Amino acid sequence: MKIRYFAWMREHTGVSSEELVLPAEINTVGQLAEHLKAMSDGHKIALRNMKTVRVAVNQKYAQLDSQISDHDEVAFFPPVTGG
Amino acid sequence: MGKVIVTEDDFDIAQEMASLKQSGVGAIASFVGIVRDHADGPSLIAMTLEHYEGMTEQEISSIIDIACDRWPLADVTVIHRIGRLLPHENIVFVGTASAHREAAFESAHFIMDYLKTSAPFWKQEETEAGASWVDARDSDDTALEKWR
Repeated sequence: MKIRYFAWMREHTGVSSEELVLPAEINTVGQLAEHLKAMSDGHKIALRNMKTVRVAVNQKYAQLDSQISDHDEVAFFPPVTGG
Repeated sequence: MGKVIVTEDDFDIAQEMASLKQSGVGAIASFVGIVRDHADGPSLIAMTLEHYEGMTEQEISSIIDIACDRWPLADVTVIHRIGRLLPHENIVFVGTASAHREAAFESAHFIMDYLKTSAPFWKQEETEAGASWVDARDSDDTALEKWR
């Protein structure tokens, strides 16, 4: 699957996107975030407060309990500030 | 319906208004967002906008669809710039065309309010103190309440 990070979360993870084989025991966005936190100190910082993080699955807004599968694109980003 | 453009290039306001006028209706309303020259105090050197390509266009299109269900609109244009912008440069254009001024005014306001809270753009400000990401404002979320 493809994981995307934006804005200051991207700066912490050090990558804007990465490929991952979704472990069989992970079914939701929230579980995925916990898994990603273990990848590096930067990932841990980027994903430390999931209450303020916005998530999207296949480019649509999703929730931490949204179901995911290995062919999904999951994005993590801060609250948006356009306009 | 409508036109959605996300681009590094500037837009020509007169040209966009003329394009909306082609719809032949009696009212066109527009909003233009411009880069400020200060960042809550210090002078702003530049502002860089990042976005989630693909999702941005989809989100803006779905906001336009909601607006079209709510108001009788003949045409809508939304242009949002990305990349590094200097103070006084254009950031965003929203234009709506309708037979009625209320529909044109209100829908342009509605589209801007929703764009600010759901279109995946992020602003980073550059000042003499360095670069910092702009925090989302609670006032942008409360602005949505008037449309519920």
